[in-house]
Amino acid sequence: MQDGPAAWLARRISFGLLTLFLLSVVVFAGGQLLPGDVGRAILGPLADPRAVAALDRQLGADRPAVMQYLDWVLGILHGNLGQSLEFRAPVSPFILGALAHSLRLAAVALVMVVPLSIGAGVLAALRRGTLIDRVISLAGLSLTVIPEFVTSILVILLFGVWLRWLPISATWRAGTGLLGQLDHLILPAIPLVVVLFGYIARMARAGTVEALEADYTRTAILKGLSGAVVIRRHVLRNALLPTITVIAAQTSYLVGGLVVVESLFRYQGIGSLILAAAHARDFPMLEAGVLSVGAMTIAVTLLADALTAFLTPAPVPGEGG
Amino acid sequence: MSREVIAAGVVPEEAPQPSRWRLLRRSGGFRAGAAIVGFWALAALFGPMLVPWNPFATDPLHALAPPSAAHWFGTDQLGRDIFSRVIAGSRDILTIAPLATLLGTIVGSALGLAGGTLGGAFDFVLGRIIEVLVSLPLIVVALLALVAFGASPATTIVLIGLVFAPLVARTVRAAVLGEIALDYVAAAELCGESRLAIMFVEILPNVLGPVLVEATVRLGYAVFAVASLSFLGFGPGPPSPDWGLAIAENYGVIAGGYWWTVSFDAAATASLVVGVNLLAEALHQALAS
Repeated sequence: MQDGPAAWLARRISFGLLTLFLLSVVVFAGGQLLPGDVGRAILGPLADPRAVAALDRQLGADRPAVMQYLDWVLGILHGNLGQSLEFRAPVSPFILGALAHSLRLAAVALVMVVPLSIGAGVLAALRRGTLIDRVISLAGLSLTVIPEFVTSILVILLFGVWLRWLPISATWRAGTGLLGQLDHLILPAIPLVVVLFGYIARMARAGTVEALEADYTRTAILKGLSGAVVIRRHVLRNALLPTITVIAAQTSYLVGGLVVVESLFRYQGIGSLILAAAHARDFPMLEAGVLSVGAMTIAVTLLADALTAFLTPAPVPGEGG
Repeated sequence: MSREVIAAGVVPEEAPQPSRWRLLRRSGGFRAGAAIVGFWALAALFGPMLVPWNPFATDPLHALAPPSAAHWFGTDQLGRDIFSRVIAGSRDILTIAPLATLLGTIVGSALGLAGGTLGGAFDFVLGRIIEVLVSLPLIVVALLALVAFGASPATTIVLIGLVFAPLVARTVRAAVLGEIALDYVAAAELCGESRLAIMFVEILPNVLGPVLVEATVRLGYAVFAVASLSFLGFGPGPPSPDWGLAIAENYGVIAGGYWWTVSFDAAATASLVVGVNLLAEALHQALAS
């Protein structure tokens, strides 16, 4: 692929839009597969069939699927994400409020995990083959794969029940200050940190090892630069660039974790909203939640790709990014 | 290749090329993983017959009893023996997760093999499907499907299998492309073997290694997802001794100090996922060396 960065970026964006389109079709198709019709779902099993048919007509649920899909997409483009079956109200305010909450929790988790995992990965690479390296690698490998609800139980028991350091519910009283809110968010953030730690640390380690072995590092050392300068200026700068993409690629794991963690800690975020909608079979809410989460993941991936491309002086990679 | 070995944190050994199987058996991770997974597999098969108490028998007079000589792991809110329930609780997850992985591996391998002969179009379509899949966490896709199709073990198996298939196909196709340029494929073509025969008889046996590694990695994800789903209430229903369900049921009482009602189920879940992933890592290393 011999195209410039602008063309490359344009192609990435068009792929992103295509992915978003496919995602919307999948999500919409899920709604169409729901047993029973919309009118029945709203009016209940005892309602008069004529009333159900009338409501279906009123809601447009009796029209061909393609028309309904187009209506749905047009509505979303106008900021109308649909009507919740459970709350009989537009879903948009619910989704936006929940996203804002989740972003706060995700931010706390990222602020904790990014320095921790990059630090651990770089340390492991600099002390390659030693006990520290093996401990970090093994811890990363094992912690990443443990489901969030298991880690949550552990931190709740340890810090919430036995040590009583932190509150075990993520819901705070109205009027709690920022620091007080943080108190409630640290415990739920830990399971997310645990899940994200391993992969980021592993990639930071691999990147650092590669940079340590590269020719430019050898040249810098032979030039007589001090170890600290070589590591800061040559090794870290090159090693940590790919880590941006790696962190972005964790967005979807982060959201998966949010579903579990928010429900466990009773936090009103997008994850617990999606789960509650699933339990209530409130499909419009579920669709909107899933679509917004997917759209955010696609956007974050794209942003990370663009950032990496922007920061890399070398020719832009062709595919796959 | 070397980068992957390094990434996994193991120093390449200097031994003069022992066979892969021997390398595998010598690896501590493989032994530990095999022991853990083997233990739970036996528990799933024979556990319910061997446990000291009936996992379903309630005993309200001894509810929430702490671990003791009679009840090694204590009892839950209904007075059921937790040790017996943890052992018996391995059955559901060790049925659903492997079946889902098997489905995903078979469909994915077939797709990947077919894709090895097709060109760019296949790559493009596969790439877009994978992008859609990775834009959503498995749990969220599963919730969507379980609501649309109705929650059941069969839905969970088919869904996870279908989500895994394109990811397996990507790996298999990459392995196939590495083989297709080799002489034995050309020789088979000259002998007049059909495309299909070359794919399944000639190439498939040579890419079984990567397929096995990918399947083990997927099994780790499947166990993670199935456990999380049953914790979220989309798995087996009461009175199943399933681990995720047990944690969801007893989670409410841990603030009262009844730690044993959830800890052993949590430890069991953690040990199973770590065991499967140790196996996957060891297989990956043995194949990469």
